[in-house]
Amino acid sequence: MADDADLKTLPLDALHRRLGARMVGFAGYAMPIQYEGIIAEHLWTREHAGLFDVSHMGQLLVEGPSLAAAAEWLESLAPGDFKALQPHRVRYSLLLSDNGGILDDLMVTNTGKSFYLVVNGATKHADIAHMLARKPAGLHLHHMEDHALLALQGPAAVTVMSRFALTPESADQPAFADLKFMAGARWLWNGVKLGITRSGYTGEDGYEISVPNSHAEALAEALLAHEEVKPIGLGARDSLRLEAGLPLYGHDLDPETTPVEADLSFAISKRRKTEGGFPGAERILDQLFNGVPRKRVGLAVEGRMPAREGATVWVGGEQVGVLTSGGFAPSLNVPIAMAYVATAHSADGTALEVEVRGKRIAATVVPMPFKQKNYVREGDRK
Amino acid sequence: MSRFYTQDHEWIDVAGGEATVGITDYAQGQLGDVVFVDLPDSGRAVSKGGEAAVVESVKAASDVYAPVSGTVTESNPALADDPSLVNSAPEGDGWFFKLTLSDASELDGLMDKAAYDAFVASL
Repeated sequence: MADDADLKTLPLDALHRRLGARMVGFAGYAMPIQYEGIIAEHLWTREHAGLFDVSHMGQLLVEGPSLAAAAEWLESLAPGDFKALQPHRVRYSLLLSDNGGILDDLMVTNTGKSFYLVVNGATKHADIAHMLARKPAGLHLHHMEDHALLALQGPAAVTVMSRFALTPESADQPAFADLKFMAGARWLWNGVKLGITRSGYTGEDGYEISVPNSHAEALAEALLAHEEVKPIGLGARDSLRLEAGLPLYGHDLDPETTPVEADLSFAISKRRKTEGGFPGAERILDQLFNGVPRKRVGLAVEGRMPAREGATVWVGGEQVGVLTSGGFAPSLNVPIAMAYVATAHSADGTALEVEVRGKRIAATVVPMPFKQKNYVREGDRK
Repeated sequence: MSRFYTQDHEWIDVAGGEATVGITDYAQGQLGDVVFVDLPDSGRAVSKGGEAAVVESVKAASDVYAPVSGTVTESNPALADDPSLVNSAPEGDGWFFKLTLSDASELDGLMDKAAYDAFVASL
């Protein structure tokens, strides 16, 4: 880990320290790992609402002579159907290398005038370099370094946000009360422009809010003023996403891994499966139809001892995989893990063993999410 | 009975040739929520500064070292049911294991409470 002196600070640094956070280095920034404790923060988010500072993540804007031109370019980088992505809708996607390896995972929002991307903090500079090297003339890639990103997650997030007086930026966008999961737009809050998507990384309902750095602390304080909201650190963010079965880039996803191996084939849109034309399409489409040698799966680990990233997976004397994430699940009170295992041993219910400090522990392949998600999707009743 | 401390944040209570080992309140605060403790079996020989136990928080696994050499006589059975005792009572009911000392002179290099408190304050 870098020395504290080498770490950059984010707009809410002073607020985190005032709130008693323990700060650690993450993606080159000083970030809050926890406030009162990971388990308490995890459970609070599942029951009420947690406020996360995710300002280390990269916020990018793709603008061009037309939205169609921007969509065309994005489709040369990632396997989503961005031409069909409707205004104010959000899609999960993957930045792919030429051989189909995952360079990053990201969220893409059609703002109506541009595409707004959120990429991982640790990979953002490499992502930007990768994209600029492939950018056609006339398109513009803007890194929104002047914006912070907050996430409000949990069943009370909707109630809390409904108390904010938010004015729609334009007439053709959804009313805030009608914003469904994986949708987003811009609203004015006390004259400050907020980009809000209903999305997140916890398996709970909630929002991600892009706010100018100059107003980030005021917005965080306004959210924390509600009794349902507590600040939550990166520790609980990790345990929440693991329970939700959501992969973490750099751990569960990397350039050596394809979307099919990562069990993220849903991110390859139907039209793209037919037409191809995205990086690594030949290899990925072959894997889609003919299968892959290994797959990302969820593991329920027997007993109480957590099995961590790097632990090996066995069937008898044969190593069949390795854990890429693992830990204790506070909402389930058991150890859980994600692993890549040989496809022959990847079916739900398969009995495996995980080796931790020389001991073999029984583990079973289980469907993910481990903890049922609590999203409000299009068409759901409110 | 005397209590000594290590720079790795273990404490050891010594009475005659018997000792009880745990981790300090400072250590548990740094670890955060403890969810599992991997304890040594009785009869296991441990050496001063060598790995003796592993404490697992939500976030990570951390080694616990033997403050002195000896043979483990008992591990704390209460930690299997309630590992959070390490957080709530680190220097009491949350003890890790007992051992018989093989070389009492190894205690000479350990800190007393005043020295340990000063060490923690300097961190």
